[in-house]
Amino acid sequence: MSVTTYDKLVPEPTADTRPYWDALHEGKFRLQRCAECKKVRHYPRPVCDACYSMNAEWFEASGRGMVHSWTITHHAFLPALKADLPYTLLTVDLEEGVRMQAQGRGIGEAELKVGLKVKVGFEKVKDDLTLAVFEK
Amino acid sequence: MSSHEAGSLHEAGAITGVGATRYMRGTDRTALSLQLEASLNAIADAGLKPSDIDGLIPYGTGAVAEDFITNFGIKDLRFSAVTPMGGASAVASIQCALAVIKAGLCKHVLLSLGRTGYSGGRIGTRVQQMPQFRTIGEFEMPSGAIAPPQLYAVMARRHFEMYGTTSRQLAEIAVSTRQHAIMNPAATMQRPMTIEDHQASRLISDPFRLLDCSMESDGGCAVVISAPDIAKDLRKRPILVMGVAEGHPDSPSAITQRPDLTTLGLAKAAPKAFAMAGVKQDDIDVAEVYDCFTYIVLCQLEDMGFCKKGEGGAFVENGALNIKGGRLPVNTHGGLLSEAHIAGMNHIVELARQLRGEAAVQVPDAEIGLVTGYGDMGDGSIAIMRRA
Repeated sequence: MSVTTYDKLVPEPTADTRPYWDALHEGKFRLQRCAECKKVRHYPRPVCDACYSMNAEWFEASGRGMVHSWTITHHAFLPALKADLPYTLLTVDLEEGVRMQAQGRGIGEAELKVGLKVKVGFEKVKDDLTLAVFEK
Repeated sequence: MSSHEAGSLHEAGAITGVGATRYMRGTDRTALSLQLEASLNAIADAGLKPSDIDGLIPYGTGAVAEDFITNFGIKDLRFSAVTPMGGASAVASIQCALAVIKAGLCKHVLLSLGRTGYSGGRIGTRVQQMPQFRTIGEFEMPSGAIAPPQLYAVMARRHFEMYGTTSRQLAEIAVSTRQHAIMNPAATMQRPMTIEDHQASRLISDPFRLLDCSMESDGGCAVVISAPDIAKDLRKRPILVMGVAEGHPDSPSAITQRPDLTTLGLAKAAPKAFAMAGVKQDDIDVAEVYDCFTYIVLCQLEDMGFCKKGEGGAFVENGALNIKGGRLPVNTHGGLLSEAHIAGMNHIVELARQLRGEAAVQVPDAEIGLVTGYGDMGDGSIAIMRRA
């Protein structure tokens, strides 16, 4: 039994979102922005809500942000998550003006506060998938 | 009442029948049979025959129009639709019903919901299969944010941090709701609960404890809405819908991206419904407020203007929502927290019973009341009603 199975939920990237996942897997944090008016948007989607352009581009983002809110999960809603309990889910304001959510790493409950500075890290969870996390 | 502009649905329809099944935790019956039983009960309550129904707005998952036509022998169904807003669907369907009645399409519209939320698929783990959750399914659920208590907890945490709201204040909501349930024989949860019981219950996703969360139930509820000129000649005293609205929050696909995490879609709907109704918050005798989680009640009370944003914690303290001596009786049936989780259709049933004067836990002489819905990533709906 040398094969480890990964039985947590996995993303199913589409043509609209695949560049985000491909970049993460290469250890790069990219965000999408409108190719016309340059408004940054997250999560990735086909249309700019400011100018309605369908032309988008990807750029390397800072990965820096500040905690906006969080929850610490103590109940395993999937059996595969039981070993991770408790885990911290951070909602973060990125410097680029959008938010994202990911698990925290190395941040204790006592340290958590609105405005805590964090940065994106990368965790390869299986051969073809890397997830973002937030670190101090 | 004051005059109302063209396009208003003010008193364009009335609740004429309500019905429910027994609420259970464990059944071998199908959701379809529960939904049809509740519907038959509501239709009988109105004094109608099943074949009198000419409009259908079933909950988005469950029985479809074809099931009703087949089972009820409806010969000329004129309208069917769904209002896909999760837990906001039931109250949003009141708006839809009034619109089609006012347009002259239908005389009697049936709203209905049946589910095996306890015995069937678990609510917490089927969210990812729903199309409106495609975005968070790809970008949040892989990080372990899967179930509603996790997705909603960040709203509560932000409220705590911004306004000093506390878990003990959320406990007030759980406790007053349970006290109502204990007086309601139809309610599932009959064991007394104190604030200390709430505080001792295990953490699910901080700040939500077990007793902040609604339950999973098997059962059904249904409501008949009729044209007002017909309603007055039916079996029960009509309950007129004075104002109704639905509201979609900013960033409805992902709570994470919402500019203000402490505001729900209801904040957009409530001013419209109050204006349409021509009443103010002080006129409300009883409120049935969607309570999938305690915090969602607190946030909705703010979004409806019963207190300012950030003051919901203080508003609910000292048994303020209790029928005995509270400032605003809320969830007099026991709600989703303690009666049963029938996705808020049970809240509409309860409001109609309150305004008829036939509720199990009756607010004395309740004349005007409201019911809200909350669903998915923050959708909201509200209806304000009066007895005719």
